[in-house]
Amino acid sequence: MTRFTFLVALFLSVSSSLAAIDAYQFPNEELQARHHDLIDQLRCPQCLNTNLAGSDAMIAKDLRREVHRLLLEGKSDDEILTFMHERYGDFILYSPRVTGATMLLWFGPLLFLAIAVVILVLIVRHRRQQIVEDVDTQQLEEILTAHSEDSD
Amino acid sequence: MTLNKSLLIPLFVFIMLVVLLGYGFSLKDPNLLPSQLIDQPFPEFNLADLHEDGRTRNNRDVNGKIALVNVWATWCPNCLVEHPELTRIARDEGIPIIGVNYNDDSEKARAWLVRHGDPYVFHLVDNQGRLAIDLGVYGAPETFVVDTEGVIRFRHVGAVTKSVWQRTLAPVISVLRDSPG
Repeated sequence: MTRFTFLVALFLSVSSSLAAIDAYQFPNEELQARHHDLIDQLRCPQCLNTNLAGSDAMIAKDLRREVHRLLLEGKSDDEILTFMHERYGDFILYSPRVTGATMLLWFGPLLFLAIAVVILVLIVRHRRQQIVEDVDTQQLEEILTAHSEDSD
Repeated sequence: MTLNKSLLIPLFVFIMLVVLLGYGFSLKDPNLLPSQLIDQPFPEFNLADLHEDGRTRNNRDVNGKIALVNVWATWCPNCLVEHPELTRIARDEGIPIIGVNYNDDSEKARAWLVRHGDPYVFHLVDNQGRLAIDLGVYGAPETFVVDTEGVIRFRHVGAVTKSVWQRTLAPVISVLRDSPG
């Protein structure tokens, strides 16, 4: 029981410290929700795989503040993502924009699916042909043996 | 002897994997982000001078000469590592170096420069990281080569060592010097 209370206390302390990282003031809840969304979608440039929301790096803190500032300036989500993309490139977006370089990333899976379908069709056709051939020789033999028994 | 062709498929897949992973390893450090700012004008800024109280500096202070813009801070150990080489470049190569004091305490920064020497022409106080964000900086030190038109021509992430100077910065600068405009 004491262990349980301890765990609960531990969880509570963790969540409260996470919530205390930044204390930004927003004029309304909609902006706050968008801020939350944006820092969730943007990747911390210093970390290999953490978003801005989850990173304690200095640059992540600065960029969270920058997102806050841009939101208060009345920028749209898309304008903010473009702002970040202009400065930090594809790396900062978890879903990179469709360009020549990211084409393979976006359509590669479709390409592989298409290749898989082609291979599947080829295999199925090949098998079917083989089954037909097997059946044919079998039938032929049956007919032949039946015929030879008859003639005996 | 006939060879079953389907036996070759795993071999083919293996070779493809080796090629792909080999390419992956040949890439540079995954921490290095490609710069978005090459051949772009130096971002607009209006920042206080570290040493002259009340003086603000802007883009006009950067234009005119081929210069290095070095983003540094007292909390950054590699900035201390590159300091002797920057000092040498400023002295021997005649390249002006502009400092961007990044997310730092100005008092500490001035003391650091007194202790280690100050080869910079001037320092900008970027204690909010605003200019750094416009430059796409994500750590310190970072060094940019800016041409006479105030256009960013090269970016180096990490300490400027002797070999970084010889292998990258010096060639870039000599190309810029040979082609005016």
